[in-house]
Amino acid sequence: MSAAPAEMPVLRVEHLTMRFGGLVAVDDVSFEVRRGEITALIGPNGAGKTTVFNCITGFYKPSEGMITLTQTNGRRYLLERLDDHVINAKAGVARTFQNIRLFPGMTVLENLMVAQHQMLTKGPARALGSLIGLSAYRRAEQNAVDLAASWLERVGLTARADQAAGDLPYGDQRRLEIARAMCTRPELLCLDEPAAGLNARESDELNGLLRSICAEENTAILLIEHDMSVVMQISDHVVVLDHGSVIADGPPSKVQNDEHVIAAYLGVPDEEVEAVEKEVGG
Amino acid sequence: MEPPVREKPRLVPALIDAALAAGLAFLLFCLVLGVRTVDGVRGLTLEPRPVLLAVVVGIVFIGRLALNLFWWDRDWRFPKLPFTGRSEKATGARAAGDIYRIGLILIGLAAVFPLLGLVLNNVFGANLPLLYLIDLSILVLTYVMLGWGLNIVVGLAGLLDLGYVAFYAVGAYTFGILATTFGWSFWMCLPLAGILAAFWGIILGFPVLRLRGDYLAIVTLAFGEIIRVVLQNWTELTGGPNGISNIPEPTFFGLEFAFRGDNTFHQFFGLPYDPVYGSIWLYYIIFMLALITNVVTLRLRRLPIGRAWEALREDEIACRSLGINTTLTKLSAFATGALFGGFAGSFFAARQSFISPESFTFIESAIILSIVVLGGMGSQLGVAIAAVVMIGGFEALRHTDSLQLIFGAGFDPTLYRMLFFGLAMVAIMVWRPRGLVSTRQPSVTLHKDAGAISGDLVSEGRG
Repeated sequence: MSAAPAEMPVLRVEHLTMRFGGLVAVDDVSFEVRRGEITALIGPNGAGKTTVFNCITGFYKPSEGMITLTQTNGRRYLLERLDDHVINAKAGVARTFQNIRLFPGMTVLENLMVAQHQMLTKGPARALGSLIGLSAYRRAEQNAVDLAASWLERVGLTARADQAAGDLPYGDQRRLEIARAMCTRPELLCLDEPAAGLNARESDELNGLLRSICAEENTAILLIEHDMSVVMQISDHVVVLDHGSVIADGPPSKVQNDEHVIAAYLGVPDEEVEAVEKEVGG
Repeated sequence: MEPPVREKPRLVPALIDAALAAGLAFLLFCLVLGVRTVDGVRGLTLEPRPVLLAVVVGIVFIGRLALNLFWWDRDWRFPKLPFTGRSEKATGARAAGDIYRIGLILIGLAAVFPLLGLVLNNVFGANLPLLYLIDLSILVLTYVMLGWGLNIVVGLAGLLDLGYVAFYAVGAYTFGILATTFGWSFWMCLPLAGILAAFWGIILGFPVLRLRGDYLAIVTLAFGEIIRVVLQNWTELTGGPNGISNIPEPTFFGLEFAFRGDNTFHQFFGLPYDPVYGSIWLYYIIFMLALITNVVTLRLRRLPIGRAWEALREDEIACRSLGINTTLTKLSAFATGALFGGFAGSFFAARQSFISPESFTFIESAIILSIVVLGGMGSQLGVAIAAVVMIGGFEALRHTDSLQLIFGAGFDPTLYRMLFFGLAMVAIMVWRPRGLVSTRQPSVTLHKDAGAISGDLVSEGRG
């Protein structure tokens, strides 16, 4: 390995293509997510953002391309070859969903405990020991509860720890889903529209939470977002997709003024359309 | 807040209306139901049936009265049962304690019941039909155990299994074949039967568990039938439709419960021979087996694997995003459920001392599943109550004379079991759509005063 692990991007997506039958949802997409940064993936509806997410987290098998995840300890995983649960368990990629997917009938705390399944069942000794209540398992479980409690504290849900997750208000559910993903101790956290449906205050709190995750945990964040204020405020790096291809890639200030991006979002000025029509019409 | 004052139901017009309806019913039924032609020695004679007629007219009267007073009242709702009256959320913590206490009381009662009966009969000279009562309790406990076993698969992991009886059959035939071929004892075969059943659970699971919902249900149904058909046709091994007979009963630390023999229970303890001792021993075996099923299930629920089962029921995709191997998790649920089914099966073989494919038809799976659904999926207490009511209740009905009085001699309520099952299902669906005990206890809590979770939030699982 030539580069030191710290300089390697956490995630490198190269020539990713995803076809559904004749439809090319993602076409030759390449980008990087660097360690300690928040990378935003934006684009108009139907641009293929969620498809890219599903490829990274293993819910789709990409038609072509390579997705490399490099951990802090230098270990590398080729995500396109792994099963979805292995991508979380081994490679350390956690995700949230566009339409929240909590375990509604389980308590808030239980949701966070399920997320630590890997840690609690590591090794056959621990799995068997858990059945008869060996002290090693009890310690592990106490650690898991402690980690869950600390995350509940951070997202402000300690008082609601024993309520059913399905009973929480919408904003709390969003934050709980992020806390649950973080309980798997991921190297990369993928958030699919975390600010959707939040009011301005909640959205602000979310920005703070994501910033603190990025600063304090060893976790890079890749997020899909439609709310441009969130994107521009918190992201270090923005990748813009349109019709399945990357049309811009860079810091928010640069992307903001990119003419392709403006065209994709707002359409092109009338004069240009007229010019093109003249050419075509001859 | 009291609801706004309503107009009082008008009793007198309702009574008159009901009486008119009853009179009409009498006119209609007095010839249709009131007399019956009997082909006797002296040709056709008429046999009056006043009681039946009176009951039918009475039903019409009461029904019409009830309709008048309650149903045709605009504000009327299904009356709340006393148990459902309280809001589940507000009394969650109390309900949790209640369930625990009720469970302990029931287990205590079940533990002392046969000995208490024995003492009552032998010391105080009561004349209880103890042998019959204990045999019935054994039957009920077998279904309680099967219900608890299936509860792991259906209630916790949310996998709809319509072929649970297959594992019961594997357990029964394992013991039957090993005992009659090699002369192995019950206690040697019991773990083997469980392991083999769990093994079949895994065999079934591998190809099947990628299916979800209805498709999974259909394939498990087919699996149950395949096992039965194999048992029926593999004559060299299973005896085919003739089954396996002369399966030995479990011994009491080497002592047999036979009337005569070298090593019999009553001779060893110097007691007069009584077949009830054997039954009591069987009762305690199934009681312990059921209790083990319960304790293991309750323990597993609090472990990562149990939480993974429940998470799987709630949302499979979220499970996979959290690094849980859903295939292994489903397999483990199937295997654990099958394990207890196998135990119950080998007990069944030991008790009946005869097994044939007849005992393992689809209807058994359906009964076990309906016990789980009626009791409340995932609730141990609910399943136990449902098993007692559905299995024990009908046996009790068989011996109440009032029904024969109404429907004529020779009326056997057990023949109408399926009808009652259906009625019970409908009633449960109306009053308690999530089963008798629908709340869910959290497996781990942060605060001391945590309550139960309302059943409305808990999903049934889709796979």
